[in-house]
Amino acid sequence: MNPLLELTQVGIEFPTPKGPFCALQNVNLKIAKGEFISLIGHSGCGKSTVLNIVAGLYQATTGGVVLEGKEVNEPGPERAVVFQNHSLLPWLTAYQNVELAVQQVFKGKKSKAEMKAWIEHNLNLVHMGHAMHNRPDEISGGMKQRVGIARALSMEPSVLLLDEPFGALDALTRAHLQDSLMEIQKDLNSTVIMITHDVDEAVLLSDRIVMMTNGPFATVGEILDIELERPRNRIQLADDPTYNKYRQQVLSFLYEKQRKVDDSMPAEKAKEPEKEQAAEKVA
Amino acid sequence: MNIALSNIAWLEPFVKVAKGENVAQNVQLITKTIGIPLVGILVFLMLWSAAANSIDTSLGKFPGPAQVLEQSKNLLAEHFAERERAEAFYQRQEERNAQRVKDDPTYVPKIRDYTGKNTYIDQIITSLVTVLSGFLLASILAIPLGIVIGLSANLHAAFNPVIQIFKPVSPLAWLPLVTMVVSALYVTDDPVVPKSFITSVVTVMLCCLWPTVINTAFGVATIPKDLVNVSQVLRLNWITHVRKIAIPASIPMVFTGLRLSLSIAWMVLIAAEMLAQNPGLGKFVWDEFQNGSSDSLGRIMVAIITIGLIGFFLDRVMLRIQRSVSWDKSATLR
Repeated sequence: MNPLLELTQVGIEFPTPKGPFCALQNVNLKIAKGEFISLIGHSGCGKSTVLNIVAGLYQATTGGVVLEGKEVNEPGPERAVVFQNHSLLPWLTAYQNVELAVQQVFKGKKSKAEMKAWIEHNLNLVHMGHAMHNRPDEISGGMKQRVGIARALSMEPSVLLLDEPFGALDALTRAHLQDSLMEIQKDLNSTVIMITHDVDEAVLLSDRIVMMTNGPFATVGEILDIELERPRNRIQLADDPTYNKYRQQVLSFLYEKQRKVDDSMPAEKAKEPEKEQAAEKVA
Repeated sequence: MNIALSNIAWLEPFVKVAKGENVAQNVQLITKTIGIPLVGILVFLMLWSAAANSIDTSLGKFPGPAQVLEQSKNLLAEHFAERERAEAFYQRQEERNAQRVKDDPTYVPKIRDYTGKNTYIDQIITSLVTVLSGFLLASILAIPLGIVIGLSANLHAAFNPVIQIFKPVSPLAWLPLVTMVVSALYVTDDPVVPKSFITSVVTVMLCCLWPTVINTAFGVATIPKDLVNVSQVLRLNWITHVRKIAIPASIPMVFTGLRLSLSIAWMVLIAAEMLAQNPGLGKFVWDEFQNGSSDSLGRIMVAIITIGLIGFFLDRVMLRIQRSVSWDKSATLR
């Protein structure tokens, strides 16, 4: 089977006044069509960087990303991103925000009426049909994120990139949006890469969880296959032994194998051992 | 009636008091919003009056509020008298022409313009036309320049030193150069507008360009990174990026710049008119100073208050425009 998206030996260095800072190295990942992948790791481990490289917003220093046989060099609508802070244009209504994307992607391919129907279809998909003519400052945080997802879906992306899409939302709203996302993914069979720091979210939504080691020189630590029946129900899963086993595995990776050095420690001391460790790894 | 009144915020408490709603609270509100500023103005007038009385100049006492009021009435009266004279002149001319055409049907009537002196109101109008022309010209140059500079860090680095150097230059320094350049380039036998007008407009433009350039550039340069990323993911081309993202996002900053520019333009204009002898409030002040009559100081004081009121009024108009154009209605507008 040919993977839809392939990351090969991806690494990135950022120039700093003290010399190049290597955030990622040797990231290898193959993703099949219709797969839902979560990237999980401590903050600062470079999971967002991976997503930005796939999106084309960052250029990998080593290695590269191939999507459907083509190398990724720049951002594009076939790799639509949903950003953490919705990033809707505040001066446009929900409809107009989606319209901007649809006009850009389907210019000359769809008629005006088809575009209108397509925009409305996507807003209905995320249950935003009732408020499509409201501006972002008139709707709640969860609704903004729904519109952000509608905008990304409307581009008919080959792969949907979600950068901590529900991180800024309260727990109840987050659960609602997770259910919506599962429903949409079931209908559209879209390929999704989602960044998260929420273990439950990762296990509930994903086909595979990619766990990242701590940076600098972050890379893929372990990959966990989640073989739970779909559709998944959060209440039934709550005391499902397999579900809890997966949860426990992710937790153990994050809090035992990749224990984050306590932030409350003085920054210098906290960083030094890590650097040494990293240097040893390279050697 | 009710709707019309509620549009004017400061009238609202009065309406409510009249209706008997929350009388105590609304009276308090009236005292706060109207009473206290009124007290401030009264105290100022008293201090001014007292100070004016104790300053003796070679042209008599420094004008106090009473003299200023008297002179403003005089200036208005002169304006209307002059208008009447002009009307009478045109009427006489028309009658004379009609008579001559009647006597000799081949006669082609000549129409001559009335050449009376500029009244105070005429001067105000000239000043407003000059400042708005200069400001408009500056905005047409400054907003696109600001957008281009704001979009590119390199261009910003290249232009910034030049902008910073020219920004603090006074209009009085520009004027001699502008005068010479205008005299050299604006050569025509039948000028549409007088040279002094062009000189003033160009000087105003040179001085009020910078705040708009700087603020627009800042507004465009500080568009949230997320929105720039959205633009990149959508592969918006340059023009669409500017139209759909850069301009709307920077509108609040553009207006901050425009309001600064307009207030500078108005200040600069008075100085430019004094020196360029462009008919307007600046020339009025200068002429009155040269005139040296016992009324002169009072009239200059009238001009000063007019200048202040018009400056305030212009800023309010810009604020209104900003409110109607900007998407960000929640931002505090001052």
